Order: sequence, then C-alpha cells, then structure tokens
Amino acid sequence: MQHYSMNLTLKVWRQKNKNTAGSFETYPVQGISSEMSFLEMIDVLNERLIKEGGDPIAFDHDCREGICGMCSMVIDGRPHGPWKGTTTCQLHMRAFKDGDVITIEPFRANSFPVVKDLMVDRSAFDRVIQAGGYVSVNTGNAVDGNAIPIQKDKADHSFAAAACIGCGACVAACKNASAMLFVSAKISHLALLPQGGPERKQRVVSMITQMDKEGFGSCTNTYACEAECPKEISVLNIARLNREYLGANLSGN
Amino acid sequence: MLDSKIPFGPLEERWTKYKGSVKLVNPANKRKLEIIVVGTGLAGSSAAASLGEMGYKVKAFCFQDSPRRAHSIAAQGGINAAKNYQNDGDSVYRLFYDTIKGGDYRSRESNVHRLAEVSTNIIDQCVAQGVPFAREYGGLLSNRSFGGTQVQRTFYAAGQTGQQLLIGAYQSLERQVALGTVEMHTRHEMVELVIIDGKARGIIARNLVTGELERHFGHAVLLCTGGYGNVFYLSTNAMGSNVTAAWKAHKSGAYFANPCFTQIHPTCIPVSGDHQSKLTLMSESLRNDGRIWVPLKKGDNRKPNEILENERDYYLERRYPAFGNLVPRDVASRAAKERCDAGYGVGSSKQAVYLDYAAAIQRYGKAEVNKKNMGNVSPDVITALGKEVIKEKYGNLFAMYEKITGEDPYELPMRIYPAVHYTMGGLWVDYELKTTIDGLYALGEANFSDHGANRLGASALMQGLADGYFVIPYTLGNYLADDIRTEAISTDHSAFVDAETKASDRINKLININGKQTVESFHKRLGKIIWDKCGMARSEEGLKQAIQEVRALKQEFWSDVKIPGEVNAMNQELDKAGRVADFIELGELMCLDALERNESCGGHFREEYQTADAEALRDDENHMFVSAWENKGVNGWELHKEVLSYDVVKPSQRSYK
Repeated sequence: MQHYSMNLTLKVWRQKNKNTAGSFETYPVQGISSEMSFLEMIDVLNERLIKEGGDPIAFDHDCREGICGMCSMVIDGRPHGPWKGTTTCQLHMRAFKDGDVITIEPFRANSFPVVKDLMVDRSAFDRVIQAGGYVSVNTGNAVDGNAIPIQKDKADHSFAAAACIGCGACVAACKNASAMLFVSAKISHLALLPQGGPERKQRVVSMITQMDKEGFGSCTNTYACEAECPKEISVLNIARLNREYLGANLSGN
Repeated sequence: MLDSKIPFGPLEERWTKYKGSVKLVNPANKRKLEIIVVGTGLAGSSAAASLGEMGYKVKAFCFQDSPRRAHSIAAQGGINAAKNYQNDGDSVYRLFYDTIKGGDYRSRESNVHRLAEVSTNIIDQCVAQGVPFAREYGGLLSNRSFGGTQVQRTFYAAGQTGQQLLIGAYQSLERQVALGTVEMHTRHEMVELVIIDGKARGIIARNLVTGELERHFGHAVLLCTGGYGNVFYLSTNAMGSNVTAAWKAHKSGAYFANPCFTQIHPTCIPVSGDHQSKLTLMSESLRNDGRIWVPLKKGDNRKPNEILENERDYYLERRYPAFGNLVPRDVASRAAKERCDAGYGVGSSKQAVYLDYAAAIQRYGKAEVNKKNMGNVSPDVITALGKEVIKEKYGNLFAMYEKITGEDPYELPMRIYPAVHYTMGGLWVDYELKTTIDGLYALGEANFSDHGANRLGASALMQGLADGYFVIPYTLGNYLADDIRTEAISTDHSAFVDAETKASDRINKLININGKQTVESFHKRLGKIIWDKCGMARSEEGLKQAIQEVRALKQEFWSDVKIPGEVNAMNQELDKAGRVADFIELGELMCLDALERNESCGGHFREEYQTADAEALRDDENHMFVSAWENKGVNGWELHKEVLSYDVVKPSQRSYK
C-alpha cells in the first residue's frame, strides 16, 4: 500500500452548547498522512487549535476500534463517512485525496440534541432499552447454560442483530429520523431466543411506545439506515419488528 | 498489618463456608442503604444491576454518554468457565491451577479458587439474559481454546464476546434504572473520594457537560473503573480509560498493589507513525489458527509470500513445542520483542512479526472438501473454502485489520507487535474486595487480586463478572449489616465540603497554569518513558532513570501545561489534564514497584533476572508477596507486603516447553 500526505480543507460544525445556534467554520489542515485515522486527523487539528489559543473541536469517541458506538459525526453528508460498514473511528485518511474539502457535522435529529460541536445526546436510546430491551432475570436465577439448546441459525441471527453498537447512525441517516433499525435490532436479538419469549409481546409494545415518546420519526422504508449502519444491521429486522408489533396488538396483552 | 481476611479451612470449601456464615441485610434495610458504583463496564454494570435487584439504592456513574460504551465492550476473544462441556478434563481445580500458574504464582489462592468456582454461574447467568454465545449445530454452547491452557473452556460470541456480555449486563442495569433502584449518571467523572470517620461515604463527581462539581453520598463506594494501561499513552485501552478514581482513592488511603504488573499483549496491530492515538488488539483467539513467524535471515526485506517455508522461523513452535503458538501472553510478547531486537523484525518499522493463516486456510479447506464429499478439486477451490471457514471464525477481526492497515490478511500474513493491554495491578483488596479504606471496594480490573503477574486470555471478562454478579452481592452485605442504623449523611457535611474544595482547587490550579505545552504532548512523553523503561523489559538502571524523568515531567507539567476553555463548561482538555496528571504520579509508582521487585515474574521482566535460555527467573524465597503501596503524600510511598502462601499448588518454574 502506497502511503501519501495531503492538504485538506475541513468545514466543521461549531456549536457552543445546546442553547446556542451553531455554524460552519473552515480549517485548512496540512501534511495529513494517509495512514492516519479520521479522528487522528482531528486530533492533529485540535492540537494546533489549542496551541493557537483556540477552542478544540468537541467530539465523542472512546474505544477507537469500532465497537463502543461512541463516535458519531456526519462526514460529507454520510453518518460515519464514506466507507461502508465502518465507524468514524475506523475510517482512515486513505479514503481521501490531496485537496479534498470535507464537511463534518453532528448527527442531526430532534431526539439527539447537540451537546457541543459534533457531540450529541443519545440518551433517548437508553430510555428505549429501559422500556423493555432486556430479559427480566435476576442474578442467580439461571439454569445451566446448556439446558436451553438453541438452533444454531437462530443463535447466529440473534447475534447478528445484537451486534448493533447503538451509535445512532440509522437515525442520522433517515430523512424522518426514525429509530426503527435500532429498536428492531434489539427486538430481533431477544425475539429470536427462547429466553426472550415470556416478555415478547409486552417488550415490543412498550419499546415502540417509548420510541414514539422520544420523538423519533416513522419508517418509510428508504433503507438509508441499513446503508449507513457501521455494523450492517439488516432491515429484515424492521420487518420482524413490524410482525412482532402486529402480533402483539392482535392478540392483546 | 494487611489482613486479607481469607477464611479458614480447606481451599475448596472456603467460599461456600463464607457464604453460609456471612452477615445478611434484610430487604427492608436494603432499601435504606445507598451504594455508589463508579464505572459501568462488566464489573460495574453487573454489580449495579445485581445490587439493584437485591433492593439496595444504587447510584451508578460513567464518563461516557451511556453505560454501554465502557471498554469491556471491546474485549474480543471470550470468557473462560470450568463447565467441562467438551469432556476434555476441565474442572474448577484445573481452571484454578491454570490461572495460578499463568499468573506466575503471584496471586492469592483463595480468590482464584473462588473465581474458578463461580465461573460456571456466569455462563448460566449470561445465557439466561439472552447473550447470543456461539453454538454448535446441536444447539449447545461452543467452546474454543485460548493461550496458556490445554482444554477448550472459552465461551465466545464471534470476536465480540465483551460486547455481548456487556450488553447483557447493561440491559440488566437499564432494567433496574426503569424500576427505580438504580440512578444512572452518565458523562460524570469521579474526582474525589469522601471519607467520614474513616469510612468511604461518597464521592465528588464532575458533570462533564456543565463542568459542575456534584456531591453524592453512599453508605459504601464501589470502584469498577478498569485498569491503568493508558499510563503508556499507546495501549489497547479506550481513549478515556483512566486511573483517576482509583488514584484519588489511593491518595485518600487505599493501598495500590503490584502496579508494575502490566500485561503486554502479543498480537496487536503495529504502530504506523507519530500520529498514532491508540493501538488495536487482534484477539488472542487468532493464535489458535495463526502461525507466528519471522524470516530466518536477518533484515530479509522480501515480501512474506516470497519467503519459502524453509526460510522461516516459527519461533514459538521452535522454543515451546508443547504449547507452540498458544503460550501465555507474557511469553509470546517477549519472544516477539527478542526476535525484533535481534534484527529479524518485518514491515517498514521492523517492529513486527507475521501472523500467518495460509496453513490454516489449507487445513480447513481440505476438511470442507472431505465434509462435502467433493472428491478431487483444484487448489483454488480448497483455498476458497478454507477462507470461508476463517471468515466465519474471525471475519470481524480480519475486516478490522484490513480497515486499519489497508492490507488483506486473507492474502498476506498479518503484521503484529505486542502492545499494552491490561493491568494486573490495582487497588489492594481483601477477600471481600474491600480496599484498605473501610466501605471502599474495588472490582474487576481496578483491583489486583486474581491474575498475579500475568493474566490468561479470556479471564478478564470472567473476573469482572464474577466480582459484580457473584462476589460483591455477598461480601458487601457483610459490611452493610453493621451499617443499617446509619442514616444517609447530608452532603452539607464538612467532609463533602472539604472534598469538593480540594477538587475545585486542583481544577482551578490546572487551568490557571496557562503554559505552552498541550496535555497530549505530556501524555506522549510519559508514555514513551514508561514504555521504554518499564515496559516489556526493565532494568535497575533504566528504572532509576525513569523515576527521575517522570519526576521532572511532573514538575514541567504543573508549570507549563496549556488547557484551553473554561472550568464551568464542557472541557475535554481539562478532563484529560486531570487524568494525565494522575497517570504521571502513577508512572513513578510503577517504576518504583518494578525497581523494588528484584526478580522476573509474568509480565514483569527484569533483565538482571533471567534463566540461561532467557525465561523469567522468579525469586520465591524473597519475593513471594504482594507489594501494597501506601501513599505518604510529599514523602512518597511506603511498601507493605502481603506474603502469599500456597496451600494447594506447589510453585514451580513455569514451563510451556
């Protein structure tokens, strides 16, 4: 792999806090290596801003290995940037070339208010989980792990849904700011397993109710969520969610 | 005198006896007792959820925007449990023995035995929560092997085991939040411990969004804040992982144990340049199928696939025929460093070795051909089938490698090099996980207790969840049973006021330095000192130099650091500055501890103490103890020793040959 160095122009959304209006600021950056990660490129800019007496750009990030779900950002109009199935922290600068202008914004959704700059408040997701995204089993209640055999393909599909990192890119990608992919991933994860059985109907109803209460929009099947999901969670989960919801409502509680 | 409060009686009966005789708190009283849990990784989430379920009033804190982000989430390979589902001779005793031996005989027998005992309950609990572990076609749980063991006892969910376990614990935690037993405080960081009449009674936390300092009372405080690997600047830890909460506790009187026991993980993606902000691990499970090698010829610059089989040195297989590529982490890391230092490293930096899947791809490909009765097929078909199997086993790891390096590991061997991954040292705790401060507990990686001088793979998840689900719910009651008459103490109490003043003075001092150098630049320099002189190999001379350098760095930091922004607002640089200031102090203690320990054991390798064939040389006669350091403020530290006694296992020279 040939490495190269580039000069770029960054247009970055700056916003002091949730109560003030934000705007774009332009920052030229020089000598960026193609081997850097996208966030390391912002680190370089922030170091410069601090030295110049400016205010560094606030952004969420933690594991920097694509699994904690903390990083966000919309890069050139796409949540987590141009690479498919990749979080912002795993995006590397070889995705760009010398002279590029890169626009960087926070995730935009009413249910995700901006905290500062590129950082948003995604606590709505935690509250949706609180509404039923669990199996009600207290510590110490469990039977032997192998007492519950589970068909391998069901376990695999459940795992594929449970791989959701709760980053919110699906909401940011959706023109309606719908959280259906996130909610459906949790519903699928638990509905596919026998452990999730007893609370199956109640779970889907209360999670959907909470989702609506948080102000997330409706799903109109554009599948932008699936296209932008860094973990490539399938929209088939949304179909399953709809079936589960219908079934729960038809049979009553 | 350190009292580890190990119960009397035969080793395998101690935990059962303890549980049967421990004091209890009745449900009505539990509702009146408040518990603070700092950190929401596996230990913190599982503890907060379990204690909430029991009826205690819990307040949980994390610095991230959601408890689900804690760095346990990044653990890849798996979790050990002595289930013996594979009928391959595993047992509680063997898991106990392997852990003691893997830790190079520097951990406590009683704690480790308890860990092995509860390991099986953890798997059951996680399955019940709906953790989607990998399964066989018959529907039962699948296992794989891991370094340092000869049985298959590791449960896993592809390369995302930590994620799935944490989500299980997180969901249990959120369930308690919904029920009102747990109050969750996200984007909060503990900056001071509050002690009243010798007991931990609360914390001062900084709201990271507003910058406000908040006072929180608790009848007991649990620190579940993870390890301190970021003292090295570059590590596989998350960017925010820090020692601050544990360090505040240490400076308030909690002893810090074995700080020099740090784990360097053998299989990480090598550093690519000065811009590097963190390192990424490639799961140890990769060593099940990957073969590690370097060229036989020094400075061989050919591409890996141009180097013939007989021109390669599979040095682990050569040096350790019994365990081969599955030797424990400390052994594998040192062996890689030895080859690179000797001039056999690969890649542009020459600080890397190859991890190669070509043989595994062929082996799996041929097995698939047989399984599917395909008869004679072309080599291309075999390779393609083999790649499919590898993809199913390690797909996410291969994809991650490709994203970071831009190279396709299905075609070219991975380049790997050791990196800081885990810290075995931590706050000293007794059998009940209580620190030397009454009412202050440390769980998971934040304590020192179970892994000795080296942790085996897939044991960190096990320990975090053991402490949170199955140990603290019993041991905490034993303390709180005597506290049921203590009313909640007002946060107007002078101890809260003083602790808040202390925290705010420090923050103001930091921001008013207004020097020239960034926090990041200090952190990098600290990391380089510690990595060079207190990393994979240590020497008396190097450590003495390091101590001087760290002290000088501390002075420079406190006179020339530049922190932008305000105190009473979100300020990520200020958050980072507080953490780096603590890392600098810890760095000095690490070197001091490494200097004091005149032997090599596990991850602690002193160049002066090695066998003729360059293996770690322990000194059981003089160093079979836990170093527990008491902070003496400006006067440095005083060393206390907890002597380790082995009632069951007979310590021997660790051999994986």
